[in-house]
Amino acid sequence: MFSGLFRNERARREALTAGQVTPDSSRCVQCGICSFNCPIGIDVRRHAWLGQPVINSRCLTCGECVARCPRGVLTFERTNLFAERRK
Amino acid sequence: MTRYLLIGTGVAAISALEAIRSVDERGEVSVVSEDPHGYYSRPGLAYYLTGELEESLLFPYQKADFARLNASFYRARAVRILPTEREVELEGGARLPYDKLLLATGAQAIPLNVPGANLAGVHKLDNLSDARALLARAKRGRPALVTGGGITALELAEGLAARGMKVHYVFRSERYWPAVLDETESRLIESLLRREGMTLYPKTELTEILGKNGKVTGARLSDGKVIPADLIAYAIGIAPRTGLAREAGIACERGILVNERMETSLPEIYAAGDVAQAYDPAAGKHVLDSLWTPAREQGRVAGLNMAGQPTDYVKSIPFNVTRLAGLTVTIIGAVAVPSPLAPLPKGEGNMPSPLPPLPKGEGNAPSPLAPLPKGEGNAPSHLPPSPTGRGAGGEGRGEGDLLAIARGDSETWRELPHAIIAQSGFEVNRLRLMVGETRLLGAVVMGDQKLSAPLQKLIRDQVDITPIRSRLLTPHAPIADILAEFVSIGNGKQVNR
Ligand SMILES: Cc1cc2nc3c(=O)[nH]c(=O)nc-3n(C[C@H](O)[C@H](O)[C@H](O)COP(=O)(O)OP(=O)(O)OC[C@H]3O[C@@H](n4cnc5c(N)ncnc54)[C@H](O)[C@@H]3O)c2cc1C
Ligand code: SF4
Ligand code: SF4
Repeated sequence: MFSGLFRNERARREALTAGQVTPDSSRCVQCGICSFNCPIGIDVRRHAWLGQPVINSRCLTCGECVARCPRGVLTFERTNLFAERRK
Repeated sequence: MTRYLLIGTGVAAISALEAIRSVDERGEVSVVSEDPHGYYSRPGLAYYLTGELEESLLFPYQKADFARLNASFYRARAVRILPTEREVELEGGARLPYDKLLLATGAQAIPLNVPGANLAGVHKLDNLSDARALLARAKRGRPALVTGGGITALELAEGLAARGMKVHYVFRSERYWPAVLDETESRLIESLLRREGMTLYPKTELTEILGKNGKVTGARLSDGKVIPADLIAYAIGIAPRTGLAREAGIACERGILVNERMETSLPEIYAAGDVAQAYDPAAGKHVLDSLWTPAREQGRVAGLNMAGQPTDYVKSIPFNVTRLAGLTVTIIGAVAVPSPLAPLPKGEGNMPSPLPPLPKGEGNAPSPLAPLPKGEGNAPSHLPPSPTGRGAGGEGRGEGDLLAIARGDSETWRELPHAIIAQSGFEVNRLRLMVGETRLLGAVVMGDQKLSAPLQKLIRDQVDITPIRSRLLTPHAPIADILAEFVSIGNGKQVNR
């Protein structure tokens, strides 16, 4: 019924095919785990507060923040404008 | 120039401050809080306890962020509101004037009322100081006793277990959190807790805390058993901090009653966050949440209104993602299951229908604050056995372990929806859906969280599920797959907003 992939693996795999880290602010509790685990020190939590995707050329799209967030706030969204414009 | 005064530095107050500044750059804003640590992530305290987070990471805002908001912060306890003078008195006698006042005082743990509760080593978890105190006393290999229910009790238990303590978890009800979880879910959590090495004592009460030289040494249980423990941690529910408001004559039930503008019954005084009891059009009454996102949204709406930009608060479907016994759990909407004893609600009064039944002249109307009924209709004072008064909870009367809602909790979850239950998975991954006539009314997602976000949207946006409803209700239907398919193909457009 559920495919048994671990979240980590899934997030990393998605990272290879997808674009930027995008938050769903309504799920975020500002705990800071994402910022804590970002290897290059991007303040992901702030993006989640503001509801803004991580548009930062330094972002490695490593998926660490996505995988560590305990509340499913972060996902990789394709940087495909067409997909984004669709409602 | 408007003088704003905010009481509290939780997310509701900070969010209000940001909203005020988005409209009014020049007004004078004062923020008063007794918490020496100011603004931090309260839900993050659970991760701080387990050691997943360093303390410094609990603070979302740095000095520069506060400077940008251009407010005066006072660390003090507000002791009195003087509505006629438009002033608030602080401990020590100083007074601060206001044109617009926000009460964002949050909620606090209901104290444990057993002999010995004042001994050193008895802990709650309301704030960072509490978390620090707990960690200072947590000693590897030593026994700790946790009592209470809901999410916080498990956060305490797991935090202490993560610090190497031997945890005994004592709870009154027959199973874990019967007000929100169904039997299978409770049993799943219990078995995971046992697997983690905890000892559980269901249907048991703490009757006395034992101590020596003013310090906890153990506890006596209702069955007479004595359990040695260095530390006792409890979470038996929270009470909104309504003291200031009540004394000033502001209308309160369990929390401070507010209309959709977050206005209280007194002019120029607003309330937001855990302390506020906001109107829920779906339920036709004022309800309490203790959830970060609603607190933030209420603060924002209060701030905008205070700054003169009329904005209505629209209560969203309460939602939380938490970890119970190491398992990620999403709870959305109304999820209570009828107990074998409680009859199913007749009719649809409980359904969050688009056109909620109007409250029958109960002074319950959202706007403008009508005089409140004495005795307050739907709740016997501030510690109702079942906060929504629907007898939801599976235990018949009362929740056993919680005297009120707990942290990260919502009264709405206890609503017994007029729904049929579809479920699948009885191992670590489990999905329970509350299937209404044409849409989903609630869901519990345990373990695999792939469907957590899609379900949140399906329920929030009231997506019509008629195309899959009968399939969902077929016995042993693979409901996860049906939903996944529905979300990704059929109604993808509706869901992916
Ligand atoms: C351990 C824990 C776990 C939680 N888990 C979750 C979760 O998983 N998900 C979720 O959504 N929510 C969770 N919550 C709840 C969430 O943190 C609250 O809903 C939110 O913090 C409420 O914000 P608030 O601003 O209304 O109140 P608070 O954050 O409680 O702030 C109130 C402030 O008012 C101050 N104050 C009160 N009275 C006075 C006075 N008289 N004078 C001066 N200052 C005063 C207090 O010191 C405090 O600073 C959790 C909370 C805790 C404690
Ligand atoms: S880890 Fe998740 S919940 Fe925590 S601050 Fe980051 S995005 Fe928000
Ligand atoms: S994907 Fe990696 S680099 Fe990018 S913000 Fe997240 S943790 Fe940082």
